[in-house]
Amino acid sequence: MSASSAAPTAPEVIRIRNIEKVFQVGEVPVRALRGLDLTISQGEFVAIMGPSGSGKSTLLNILGCLDRPTSGEYFLGGEDVAKMDDDTLSSIRGQRLGFIFQSYNLIAQLTVLENIQVPLIYQRANLEEHRERCIELGNLVGLSDRLDHRPNQLSGGQQQRVAIARALVNEPLMILADEPTGNLDSETETEVLGIINDLNREGRTIVLVTHDDSVAQNAHRVIHMKDGVIAREVVNSKPERS
Amino acid sequence: MISSHFLNTVQLGIKSLLLHKLRSGLTMLGIIFGVCSVISMLAIGEGASFEAQERIKRLGSENIIVNSIKPPEDNIQTSSGKSFSVEYGITYKDVSRIQDTIPGIERVVPLRIIRDNIRFDRNQEAGQIIGTLPSYALVQNIDLIAGRFLTSTDERFQRNVCVITEDLVRKLFPYQDPLQSTVRVKDTYYEVVGVVDETGTAGQRPQMSDSQGKAVDNNIYIPLSTARSRFGELLIKSSSGSQSAERVELHRLIIRMENSAAVISGEKHIDHLFNHFHTKKDYELIVPLQLLREAEATKRMFNIILGSIAAISLLVGGIGIMNIMLATVTERTREIGVRRALGAKRRDIIVQFLIETIVLSIGGGLIGVALGIVVPLCVSYFTEMKTIITAWSVLLAFGISGLTGVIFGLYPASQAAKLDPIDALRQE
Repeated sequence: MSASSAAPTAPEVIRIRNIEKVFQVGEVPVRALRGLDLTISQGEFVAIMGPSGSGKSTLLNILGCLDRPTSGEYFLGGEDVAKMDDDTLSSIRGQRLGFIFQSYNLIAQLTVLENIQVPLIYQRANLEEHRERCIELGNLVGLSDRLDHRPNQLSGGQQQRVAIARALVNEPLMILADEPTGNLDSETETEVLGIINDLNREGRTIVLVTHDDSVAQNAHRVIHMKDGVIAREVVNSKPERS
Repeated sequence: MISSHFLNTVQLGIKSLLLHKLRSGLTMLGIIFGVCSVISMLAIGEGASFEAQERIKRLGSENIIVNSIKPPEDNIQTSSGKSFSVEYGITYKDVSRIQDTIPGIERVVPLRIIRDNIRFDRNQEAGQIIGTLPSYALVQNIDLIAGRFLTSTDERFQRNVCVITEDLVRKLFPYQDPLQSTVRVKDTYYEVVGVVDETGTAGQRPQMSDSQGKAVDNNIYIPLSTARSRFGELLIKSSSGSQSAERVELHRLIIRMENSAAVISGEKHIDHLFNHFHTKKDYELIVPLQLLREAEATKRMFNIILGSIAAISLLVGGIGIMNIMLATVTERTREIGVRRALGAKRRDIIVQFLIETIVLSIGGGLIGVALGIVVPLCVSYFTEMKTIITAWSVLLAFGISGLTGVIFGLYPASQAAKLDPIDALRQE
């Protein structure tokens, strides 16, 4: 069972110590994160919840190496990423992280297979060598017969499945999902969550941001944020697996 | 590895452009027209200046040509209808003076040009009888087709021989071999010893100064001494009821100098000499080298003007590209954000957009080159204007189009790369 992978013995994927993020909005500094601590171990499935303005998007951006904290430490897989420059952060994103967005964010002019390959392009990987694996990933998310379709020929659920395959192509340390089911109807939501759960069962670390309690119930651990800090943490001993 | 990555990026660029075919096509038009107009205008200009230069070169760039011209005040007198003679032009004394005093001269070739009818059997053609020395062949471009040119023996013995132009052969000898035949001028028969083809176009052939620009291709060349003894120096012309006589010793001198430096100094000396001994302005100096230099200067000027037009048209094309690319960057902000999130560095984004711009401009450049080659060919085909497409003009136009892509692509590409990935992702 997945609980075993979340045991304290598992290596840390994320260790955040006392991070702060201050935005300068006009003259007024806004403290979006106020000294937050967070540790995520390998194989964990963590959901982040909270009202808007609670700082959860800011946290996700920092976790996703899209933004740097104003102060504090952030270790991703043992590397201090808090003070890396823009190019190194890009490399880290490309090699260590997989992103799933609410609005799928596929590239319109590319086919399904090419969309899956995009992260490889920026690692200067030889696309021909990885072609087989990309096709396998397409099969994994159930789109083997749609690999040469364009995103506009796919349904929302299918597009999100392409995005999941894309998030897996670089063998990431952690998958970050930002409201992955926010644009889907309940049936496809169940489908997509099913895939995410399967990935977690295979040992992948997943961090998911959501408004939806029922979505959050899939996670081992639900973090509720408020005013830039973690208000409370709930551990689901028996996650509801859809 | 890097090259396959580069190829992927180019492929991606082409795909992105194909997504909006009409827009990409319209964007390319500016470059297409720019490149096409540069190449075709340069080809037409090059053709025109080539023709001009060829014409001048045929005159001989190391030659100085002196023509006898009827002084303008005498023209007025002849129109009164009375019969009298005027005396003007180059004299044999001028020839010996030039030969004796001017440094750097290789040879001086004098010409007498008499217009009369040339007859063979029953055929008759109006033409020019040109009395000259054998060395004429050394200073002018003439191709000997059959027989020989005049020789010094012909000159010494005042032989009645002639060398005839090919055009005249065609008119006078439709069926016979002209060699060993004789042609008649006035009452004298001349044996045809050679046939020549004058390679110059009508404008540069020996013409009498009063031929009013009409090209006469019917020339026969006879020894100068023969011309002098058969025709004398007094030429009587009858026209519309009045008679006029002219006493002209020589109609033209072709002075071959040793080198082009001698041409420059020789021109001044000759002009000075003639000025001193001729009270009337009854001569003109033509210096092909000078004309050549003027033609070259004109061509340079022409090229500068063309270059500016080209620069402007490509600038306009480039601005068009920049405009579209800026719109594209705004439109694809989201895509930029996604790519950045998936590991693209700023550099990758710059390269991606720059390549799209370069594909546009080089694509336009290639089409422009194709059109630019076709247009001058059409111009030549339909108008008989000579056009020369030079390799350098094609390379220049194509290079500038590529450069336009880089220059006008840099700003939109850097705008794209400057976007913060978080903001870009948030963009709807």
